[in-house]
Amino acid sequence: MMTEDEQIAYEKFSSPLTSLKLYLRAILAVLGKDITAEMRSRELLSSMFVFALLVILIFNFALELDISTRLTVTAGVLWVTFAFAGTLGLNRSMASEKDRACLDGLLLAPVDRSAIYFGKMLGNLIFMLLVEMIVLPIYSLLYNTNLFSIGFLAVVMLGSIGYVTVGTLLATMAVQTRTRDVMLPILLFPVTIPLLIAAVKGSMGFLQGLEMDAIRPWLNLLVSYDIIFLALALMVFDYLVEE
Amino acid sequence: MESTPKLLKILDVITLVLFLIAVWMVLFYAPTEAVMGNVQRVFYFHVAAGWVGMLGFLVAAVVGILYLRSGRREYDIIGVAAVEIGIVFVFINIVSGSIWARPIWNTWWTWDPRLTTATVMELIYAAYLLLRQGIEEADRRARFGAVYVLLGFISVPLTFLSARLFRTIHPIVIGTNQPGSQGQFDMAPKMLQAFLFSLFTFTVIFVDVLWHRVRIGKFAEKIEERKLRLGEEQRS
Repeated sequence: MMTEDEQIAYEKFSSPLTSLKLYLRAILAVLGKDITAEMRSRELLSSMFVFALLVILIFNFALELDISTRLTVTAGVLWVTFAFAGTLGLNRSMASEKDRACLDGLLLAPVDRSAIYFGKMLGNLIFMLLVEMIVLPIYSLLYNTNLFSIGFLAVVMLGSIGYVTVGTLLATMAVQTRTRDVMLPILLFPVTIPLLIAAVKGSMGFLQGLEMDAIRPWLNLLVSYDIIFLALALMVFDYLVEE
Repeated sequence: MESTPKLLKILDVITLVLFLIAVWMVLFYAPTEAVMGNVQRVFYFHVAAGWVGMLGFLVAAVVGILYLRSGRREYDIIGVAAVEIGIVFVFINIVSGSIWARPIWNTWWTWDPRLTTATVMELIYAAYLLLRQGIEEADRRARFGAVYVLLGFISVPLTFLSARLFRTIHPIVIGTNQPGSQGQFDMAPKMLQAFLFSLFTFTVIFVDVLWHRVRIGKFAEKIEERKLRLGEEQRS
């Protein structure tokens, strides 16, 4: 038998609305922790950003980005840059959890473990979008290309969501292996190739002003990829952090 | 050390006989295709190898789920075995396709959707083997392996459907075909028989090799256990 107080507490925490509220609060707590840590150290954003600029610089000389080639390769160059910079951030974000056993601390919290996943994933997404928001204007300035159309930004958003969804999951896996940093790109790139292809084709379509009919299949692929992997991540994340 | 089970020995012999018959059917029984000539004979083992590759990945995904639900070591051993066999057969599939493509498409390789998705699929499972190598603790290795196999399995239906969903030059011999493909043909009855027989034979080969590989996996695990026990005895 429950006492009256217990009964009240039970009802308070078991109603669907409060449990959802608690779940959201757990996600926001993890996210808030990541943002605060980043505001203080700034190591993740600055390394991602510098790395992204370096990649673009290398492409500049490797591909001789003159006006005629720019039209066809811009989308590819940008997505390779985002993917590489993204890997850097994902690795760092999970490695810092593993290093001083912070992950174990998080796991002790009495919340559903998927809340930890979503918190980390949202954090990674925000960092990746921030880097993209800085890189895109710089790219358009350097190469005198207009990148700011709603469609193009939507593709960037959808692509980043998919990339970070799978990336957070696989980074959790990679930091627990012997080879750590080397492991993430090897695991992540083959799984995200369909996403990257769709993102490149979709952004190229918008940049070249193609008909919506030609772009829509790629958008559909992006959306379905995002949904499938978000659902999968929700199902399997528990198995990656269990001890 | 237990000796090879009698049933497995019998299966070995059956597999060998079936394979010899399949080779004979492909080389002599099936008629020569009118347009492409003898190189079309690659098709029988090409499709059969692709089928076994995907079957291996399917088996790995299924035992992956079973492992995550039950945590039984047997499932993990079957999973690695199936993936290894799948990788070998998809490789045979890609190489044989390349040999056929050289005279028909006039190139060894092209970034056609079917070829691209097959390559990506192969890379995913290669990454799976690397992942396992990087983890020493057996339990975690099995768990991560099972999760990665589940994520990677999406590439399998994608590869299978790619020739039907996208514009591709890869022919589809079974079912309807797009006008754009090059190297299309209709199967004569004797071709169909040789084809179905190859599919059947390769499936039997898969079962036979899988059985052998699972046995090796179990032995390897026993050795690992004994090594651990030996280490503990020496320490105490």
